[in-house]
Amino acid sequence: MSLNKPYKDIPGTTIFDAEESRKGYWLNQFCSSLMKAENRTRFKADERAYLNEWKMTEAQKDAVISRDLNECIRLGGNIYFLARIGATDGLTFQQMAGSMTGMSEEEYRNMMVGGGRSPEGNRYLGEDGDAQPHRQPQGNHNKEEA
Amino acid sequence: MARITASVYTSHIPAVGVAMDLGKTQEPYWQPVFEGYEYSKEWLKENKPDVVFLVYNDHGTAFSLEMIPTFALGTGAEYPPADEGWGPRPVPMVHGHPELSAHIAQSVIQDDFDLTLINEMPVDHGLTVPLSVMCGQPEAWPFKVIPFHVNVVQYPVPSGKRCFELGQAIRRAVESFDEDLNVQIWGTGGMSHQLQGARAGLINREWDNAFLDRLIADPADLSNMPHIDYVREAGSEGVELVMWLIARGAMADVNGGAAPTVKHRFYHVPASNTAVGHLILENNI
Repeated sequence: MSLNKPYKDIPGTTIFDAEESRKGYWLNQFCSSLMKAENRTRFKADERAYLNEWKMTEAQKDAVISRDLNECIRLGGNIYFLARIGATDGLTFQQMAGSMTGMSEEEYRNMMVGGGRSPEGNRYLGEDGDAQPHRQPQGNHNKEEA
Repeated sequence: MARITASVYTSHIPAVGVAMDLGKTQEPYWQPVFEGYEYSKEWLKENKPDVVFLVYNDHGTAFSLEMIPTFALGTGAEYPPADEGWGPRPVPMVHGHPELSAHIAQSVIQDDFDLTLINEMPVDHGLTVPLSVMCGQPEAWPFKVIPFHVNVVQYPVPSGKRCFELGQAIRRAVESFDEDLNVQIWGTGGMSHQLQGARAGLINREWDNAFLDRLIADPADLSNMPHIDYVREAGSEGVELVMWLIARGAMADVNGGAAPTVKHRFYHVPASNTAVGHLILENNI
């Protein structure tokens, strides 16, 4: 019998369930280690060497080094654990969240000041809201670069 | 007899703590957020509890993926502020009430809720930011705090209905404690926010305010709302709101008493990635 997971049809959203937790265990454990100042120092001194101390997949290590939080999440990372990487880099939570949208920091901040992202069109996959896969990447910033 | 006199509900946004720690509360961006707590700080001074039973979620700080309890009750004498990656917040040590904690553990577990008991743990922004917005920046917190952690990070997470029933068990536990204590219960976290992926920044003002209406008027009905509604409507981290149902379940009207008085209600967008929600309800006994 399959388990009840009604949250698979929300755009741009990965629910961190027991299956994701299993996949991302060592990635998230590495992130947890950054709650100690001496580990932050060691990680910053040589990221690859520090990551090699953990039983992470190469894909997970690459995603950390490139600071691709969406890829980290796809590989089992949880945002509260991944936040330790951002903290080590001196980023705010808003900068971290914004980095996953494809918008520039300013665009994301302006969206929040303007009342945030609308739920309209963003509740189910297949609607036409700005967080839908067919509307990615978002933001003028990204389009100019592309 | 110990009694629950009031419940307080508030978001526990880390950036709000940072803004206080760095002295930015009067900046134009933050001023409207902190204005919403001005009344609350005065109210708390006039209605100072002996103990606050503080419901919050640890954010992968005290509990890594090695072990995550669904419900965990702090039974220790003190809890230091955690280093969440930026260094520990410059806030006072949190002092517990081990005797009341032990009593609540005995009562609530015998009431069929399987709590994990914690004697030592650091406490993260989930617990310290509510203390800061309600108390300001004192040398020492003006009351004892019993931390109560709820897992809303790793699914499956407890249902609203279970949280609401747990609040009722906590009220029974507090009221059976012999010492004459003024206890408040605080439910923290929540209002719409999503911190991940292409949908980050989701805010649903209408839904949030409907949640506040229903929390005040008909929490029993609200407690039946499934998780998927929180996630779809209020963002992946909006599910933290189930914790407010623990505090609401501990209020007297749920057990046939009089309806509480709404002393304060506040809502603002944005603070960092999220909406700020805040409510103070007083019991009428």
